[in-house]
Amino acid sequence: MLNLLGGWGLQALTRLGRAHLLLLPLFRGLTEILRRPSLLVDQLYSVGVLTLLIIGVAGLFVGMVLALQGYNVLSRFGGDTALGFMVAASLVRELGPVLTALLFAGRAGSALTAEIGLMKATEQLSGLEMMAVNPECRVLAPRFFAGLLAVPLLAALFSCLGVLGGWMVGGGLLGVDQAAFWNGMQDGIDFNDDIINGVIKSLVFGFVCTWIAIFQGYDCVPTSEGVSRATTRTVVHSSLAVLGLDFVLTALMFG
Amino acid sequence: MNRKRQIEIWVGVFMAIGFAALFLLAMKISNLGTAYSGELFHVTARFDNIGGLKTKAPVTIAGVEVGRVQEIRYDPDDFRAVVVLGIQGQYLGKIPDDSFANILTAGLLGEQYIGIDPGGSEDMLGEGSEISMTQSALVLEKIIGQFIFGKKKGSGTE
Repeated sequence: MLNLLGGWGLQALTRLGRAHLLLLPLFRGLTEILRRPSLLVDQLYSVGVLTLLIIGVAGLFVGMVLALQGYNVLSRFGGDTALGFMVAASLVRELGPVLTALLFAGRAGSALTAEIGLMKATEQLSGLEMMAVNPECRVLAPRFFAGLLAVPLLAALFSCLGVLGGWMVGGGLLGVDQAAFWNGMQDGIDFNDDIINGVIKSLVFGFVCTWIAIFQGYDCVPTSEGVSRATTRTVVHSSLAVLGLDFVLTALMFG
Repeated sequence: MNRKRQIEIWVGVFMAIGFAALFLLAMKISNLGTAYSGELFHVTARFDNIGGLKTKAPVTIAGVEVGRVQEIRYDPDDFRAVVVLGIQGQYLGKIPDDSFANILTAGLLGEQYIGIDPGGSEDMLGEGSEISMTQSALVLEKIIGQFIFGKKKGSGTE
């Protein structure tokens, strides 16, 4: 029993170590990307463009629901003019970065893991190595930087569409004063405190989600079962990491 | 149109939408688009009690915002709060130096802000000058205390 526990702990530590060692060749792959930008463009398509739709729809509906729920509570205290601020603050500070990262892990992270895992299982990665091409620089690094770049942009889009959705429901359906909605928002949201911190958050989430996805794919057992397990692990680990990190980052940023 | 070109166009669209969203967040949703970015000049005012005044609170004249509170600190020498107001440069030399600074509250539960009542002096406020006439924030507990005290005294004389 003790033996099993120790073995499990050692295995977990080895995986953690391997995951961090992987970061070095990933950043070294940056030079390869600068020489061949088309590698990055291809990955931005599969990681960013294909995630656009679900992010947009989710953002719009989250904003609409926030406006509905917020209105019910705020109007009880006669504070429905603060609706714009409430919707925008919760989107920009929390929901935008976090929900984007969770959706990204489910939509793009799992696909990344499956793709890389399958490459490993069909020995394409060893094939590249045989041709003296470093698979970490050539295959993994473009995917990593594409994810790092895509998540902040997707989060910004999520927040924007969320505010739009909140404005449609608040201004159109519930009849909240339009000027109060926008003025309250612009008075309450500070560029440095809220927008920049939100972007920093989503940058961190993008880093962690893509890193986990790539590592799980690269480190999986090269069988069909191993790939399926790695895909599941990607989604679970990414989600937990995002939620945990969100608490830490919020505590640091907003005190 | 071949597949490669299509991908490039879509990625271009994605990047454009993403940066447009960031730009919208900055200009439309945050205070960056409305913030006054030009020259400011600084005026200090000393208050016995600033209540709940915070930095970045608006400074108004006749209800129109002319600046923001930039800094609040405590001066241990005369036991008062020193508030530094950043006022827009276009009002430099246009506010009389015997103006009166009040700490007011927007609505019953709203945020506190500084209202300046212009005086009648010929001399105007400049960079670094001080408003000498100030009125502290109204602290609700004190008012209630005075009210109860006043009532008791009133009933005693009757």
